[in-house]
Amino acid sequence: MATFKVNGIEQNLDIEPEMPLLWAIRDELGMTGTKFGCGIASCGACTVHVNGRAVRSCVTPVSTVEGQNITTIEGLAAVATGANLSAPDLSAVQQAWIDHQVPQCGYCQSGMIMAVSSLLAANPNPTDAEINSNITNVCRCGTYPRVRKAIRSLAIA
Amino acid sequence: MKVNRRRFLFTTALVGGGVLIGYSATRPSKHRQANTELAGNGEHYVTSFLKIDANNEVTVYVPHSEMGQGVHTSLPMMAADELDADWELVNVEQAPAIDLFANSHLVKGFAGEFGVPSFLMGLVSVSAVKVAEIMNLQVTGGSSSVRYTGEFAMRTAGAAARQMLIQCAASRWGVEADECTTQLSHVLHNASGRSIAYGDLATDAALLEPPENPLLKIPSQYTIMGKAISRVDIPAKVNGSAQYGLDAQPEGLLYAAIRFAPVFGTKLISVDAAAALNRRGVERVVELEDSVAVVADSYWRAKEALKLVTAVFETSSNDTTSSAEIFAGFDRELADSNGSKAFEIGDAESALEAAADVIEAQYRVPYLAHAAMEPMNCTVYIHDNKVDVWTSTQDALGIKARVASIAGVAEDGATFHHSYLGGSFGRRLPFNWNVIDHATLIAREFDVPVKTVLSREDDMQQDYYRPAVASNFKAGFDANNNVLAWHNRFTGPIQTPGASHIPYGIANKSIRVVDGDTHVPIAAWRSVDHSQQTFFTESFVDEIAHRVGKNPYQLRMELLQQHPRHRKVLEVAAEAAGYGQDLATGHALGIAVQESFGSIVAEIAEVSIGDDNEAIVHKVTCAIDCGFAVNPDTVEAQVESGIIFGLTAALYGEITIETGQVAQNNFRDYEMVRMATAPEIDVHIVESGEALGGLGEPATPPIAAAVTNAIYILTGQRVRELPIKNHDLSRTNPVAQV
Repeated sequence: MATFKVNGIEQNLDIEPEMPLLWAIRDELGMTGTKFGCGIASCGACTVHVNGRAVRSCVTPVSTVEGQNITTIEGLAAVATGANLSAPDLSAVQQAWIDHQVPQCGYCQSGMIMAVSSLLAANPNPTDAEINSNITNVCRCGTYPRVRKAIRSLAIA
Repeated sequence: MKVNRRRFLFTTALVGGGVLIGYSATRPSKHRQANTELAGNGEHYVTSFLKIDANNEVTVYVPHSEMGQGVHTSLPMMAADELDADWELVNVEQAPAIDLFANSHLVKGFAGEFGVPSFLMGLVSVSAVKVAEIMNLQVTGGSSSVRYTGEFAMRTAGAAARQMLIQCAASRWGVEADECTTQLSHVLHNASGRSIAYGDLATDAALLEPPENPLLKIPSQYTIMGKAISRVDIPAKVNGSAQYGLDAQPEGLLYAAIRFAPVFGTKLISVDAAAALNRRGVERVVELEDSVAVVADSYWRAKEALKLVTAVFETSSNDTTSSAEIFAGFDRELADSNGSKAFEIGDAESALEAAADVIEAQYRVPYLAHAAMEPMNCTVYIHDNKVDVWTSTQDALGIKARVASIAGVAEDGATFHHSYLGGSFGRRLPFNWNVIDHATLIAREFDVPVKTVLSREDDMQQDYYRPAVASNFKAGFDANNNVLAWHNRFTGPIQTPGASHIPYGIANKSIRVVDGDTHVPIAAWRSVDHSQQTFFTESFVDEIAHRVGKNPYQLRMELLQQHPRHRKVLEVAAEAAGYGQDLATGHALGIAVQESFGSIVAEIAEVSIGDDNEAIVHKVTCAIDCGFAVNPDTVEAQVESGIIFGLTAALYGEITIETGQVAQNNFRDYEMVRMATAPEIDVHIVESGEALGGLGEPATPPIAAAVTNAIYILTGQRVRELPIKNHDLSRTNPVAQV
């Protein structure tokens, strides 16, 4: 039995301990905002937060997050804003993504937003070099210039 | 402008209520078809594309797939503008995959360009004009949605509906139609101060016959087109609610992981699946002609169990084929054959013989994978002589027909469930059917839905690739360094007629294509052969410039006297990039220009060489003439996207063949531009007022040559073979700036 919290709700799943968190979230819990991109922690489409820190869930066995707090893109706004889970509010990062019209196909953007949210929580005003070394997600549509602009807009002056 | 409410919907059938008003100029019979086939009780369809509700909301049905190019916003903008609708009252729905929303404009548009592109060719067995009448196409590709469907169908639909609404209001008020105007979803009679909402007129308007040639606006009358409107698909893409094909979760779903024959074209001989069948959750092992699949109650379980399957595939004559052999074959073909004509003017052979000097160069590009972020997948549910299909596709109607046929179900028993596409770049076009076919064959074994998912490794190794191409050039000069002849032989196939042509004013040109067939499956890849050909031609033009001692910008301008639009984008880009001015130490500017899909694009790359002798692209300045920018922010986004897509290919992109199969298998050996390597991009839109040009693809072709042309200045090395990463760019022999 794997036990962890996802977006504040405790989950008890009868699954193999080595099942990656990504597939527990997608196929067992049916939450599809977290995406499968590469399966080897290279692209970051599967990024979620474990206790607030960005983790690539495709290579994270559920046994390693036993008892931990997982946040997915679906729960990000509630965690970030302290709102009720059903509230439609957006986190500041999500709003910046709309303001700067960042997503194109959008498939990588859940992971991108989770990675950026984690970075900004730890380092509210990252340098370009810090952005480059921390945000290594792949976006095939090439939204990187807008990702950078959106991050800049969120940085504390 | 912020989107404050959910205004986009995917549906599998038209939602009842309201009145569907629309128009297809070439097929006015569509509204009658709609009445016969679709009209619910008490509903009236004038035709397709537009619906007006009693509460004055307008719904625009978009017949194209949204894959990030913004078409779910730009097409409704075009219809809504001509309708004089209040944009705040406009909703957008994906048009269902039914013939009513088939898109003859795509083929018709291409017929006027260079002919029907190869990605549609298999669908086209008669002349393109005929096809326009009979084809049931709902394809998204060829940078075509706005310039064909938008320009020919959406605008006309909006204008026709507006005219019908005015007619109704005028007759209700007993005034002349030309005394009435429209604004923000109302018809106004200024003389009497009366106004009435479209929603109050729609039922009457639906009874009118649509005008044959509704009057379209001129640009100064636009109220929505030309504005940077927020995309309707973005809100769902920041909170995880956007649904892609891979997210389909019909009740009772099973999952399939699949292993293909590693060498293209070979068949499965035998399977030992005993160990896999003992794994938890595994339902069955399905053997197909060229593959074996494990079906389980989760994708991960299916994939893990598949590792335990031993499969033997047949041997083939391609088992030893390598990229080196393929290129050696290309070289033999280029040496032995004069090929067939792509473009000829004058007599290049004679001009070369008479030339005072001749330069030659051999270029190559490798195969490339599409590597869309959403791995290929397809969910199929066959039940009760019906079939439901969920997949991300550029060709919903075609997929529906294909799946129905393989499932053994009549097409009218097939339902296609639309979703967003997690990228595509040509991978999800017609004929790239391996996942669709396999998913359907697997689902035939079950009475529940089955989702077949390719791992990233499968996705990369079972793609339909951008063709590898070799291209040889000669140029001849007279004693005064004037260019006399352009001579080009390259390996085919030609996928987009015209891609190898050059706009430069050279009197003698001979451009011919030789056979480039191999066992590797190929398909359209963003910008199709423009991406390879522009690297070749814009590099060789640069070689010519340096050979004659002219500045590469200056030489292009001189040879483009007959092409003012090309000159204009070059001028705008050069001005914006500070071309000819002082740069940071160790930086150089490379330039390239190309027309593709109706848009003309100049790009200038600012490049330096890093400590590891690698190319660093700092900034790309781009000027694009797309005629008119329907949604300028989307234009900029597509240019940024096209440049980074092309830059990834130029710097890193390489699929190699070893022992008959693809050697790369994931992003660790098929590297991508990421944040750290993405340049700043500065986009300048040039509105020439010419016909609308495409946007999804035209920014991709110039970037490779723009970067390698800068590398030449920095290092003296002419990169004639991509990717750039394979070259050691030591700065031993920099070229003096000319």
